[in-house]
Amino acid sequence: MSVSYALLGLLEQEPNHGYELKRQYDEYFGRDKPLPYGQVYSTLSRLVRDGCALAEGTAPGAGPERKLYAITGEGEAVLAAWLATPEAPEPHLQTVLAVKLILALLLRRPADAYLDAQRHAHLARMRALTAIRREASLVDALLADHAIFHLEADLRWIELTSARLGQLAKELNR
Amino acid sequence: MNALATSPDTTLSCRDVHKSFGQTPALRGADFSVEHGEIVAIMGPSGSGKSTLLHCLAGILVPDRGEVLFGDQRVDQLSEGRRSELRRRQFGFVFQFGQLVPELSAEENVALPLLLAGRRRPEAFAAARRWFAPLGLEGLEGRRSGELSGGESQRVALARGLVAEPQVLFADEPTGSLDSLTGEQVMDLLVDGARRQGTTVIIVTHEPRVAAYADREVVVRDGRVADPTADAASLAEVVLTGASR
Repeated sequence: MSVSYALLGLLEQEPNHGYELKRQYDEYFGRDKPLPYGQVYSTLSRLVRDGCALAEGTAPGAGPERKLYAITGEGEAVLAAWLATPEAPEPHLQTVLAVKLILALLLRRPADAYLDAQRHAHLARMRALTAIRREASLVDALLADHAIFHLEADLRWIELTSARLGQLAKELNR
Repeated sequence: MNALATSPDTTLSCRDVHKSFGQTPALRGADFSVEHGEIVAIMGPSGSGKSTLLHCLAGILVPDRGEVLFGDQRVDQLSEGRRSELRRRQFGFVFQFGQLVPELSAEENVALPLLLAGRRRPEAFAAARRWFAPLGLEGLEGRRSGELSGGESQRVALARGLVAEPQVLFADEPTGSLDSLTGEQVMDLLVDGARRQGTTVIIVTHEPRVAAYADREVVVRDGRVADPTADAASLAEVVLTGASR
């Protein structure tokens, strides 16, 4: 995933040691899933091995790991290329939601009840994220918005499918 | 004694409401209730009857059958004049396109519900002006609706809906004509304003992001209301066992 690029980006701001990099990563990207220390140091080692970063001495102060890391010219080029490359859109053609629905229809189970329950669960999560977003800093709001818009896409699919349920059932049980 | 049983916290409710337009049924036995200070979203596909339900609850339409209760008052049995008075004094409204009175300034639009309720002009205008700064509308008091952006118009409409401190605010697609960011701002202001003064809010929306501001949602389908919160346990059972609903 993008942990190595995220650390590379933080290093481009200024050279830093692992502890501070983890703190910054968690602040910007890791609210739901803080980065384990082990992964910080294994990622930094890999970046050094690949020539994207170098260990350049020790930061002043006490502590177990004060090794300072800095980005290299190659690291800057790798980061710039990654930032400029669009991510492949993920079509999600095999979603659990669709599989459940098709099975429910094939087995003649009440697919409308399943869709209602799913809508309710999605909205409950969206409500929690909306509450977080309203109290959050702009950076956290941006992350919450991303999650909210993805939930919204699912909810739009649920509404459309709900409206087409009779037609779908006919087609599947022909 | 009313036949409609409600909890002491219930502000507005309806039971077994039917409403048709000509031969076309819009509501076919709708049940709904909202508690004091609660924010509820009414969702559902186009033509499901959600706006008709809102209009019946607000006393704009009279059901063909069934009961609508505001406190201990049967709204469906009131005369047109009494329903109109109820709407002026107890209810507030926000619609999709603001629907400001174009001949009036923003300030006059906001003061309108207070003037219609018989408040003195200086008092009504002073109350109206207090809404402009919190809604980010300072300096726009004298503008007419044609001179306001969509977001500004909708915020003026929101101030007009809340200025009389209504018991219930009815909002029909309140962000429907706005972009995402402006819509969010309007919803933030709507929820904050309503919470501050304890106003109950009923929002009709097809937008999940708007519904997510509500405490809970209900879904209108084929003229009936499904409450997923209340139905959650039975839904799970239905899904697991395949029992028909």
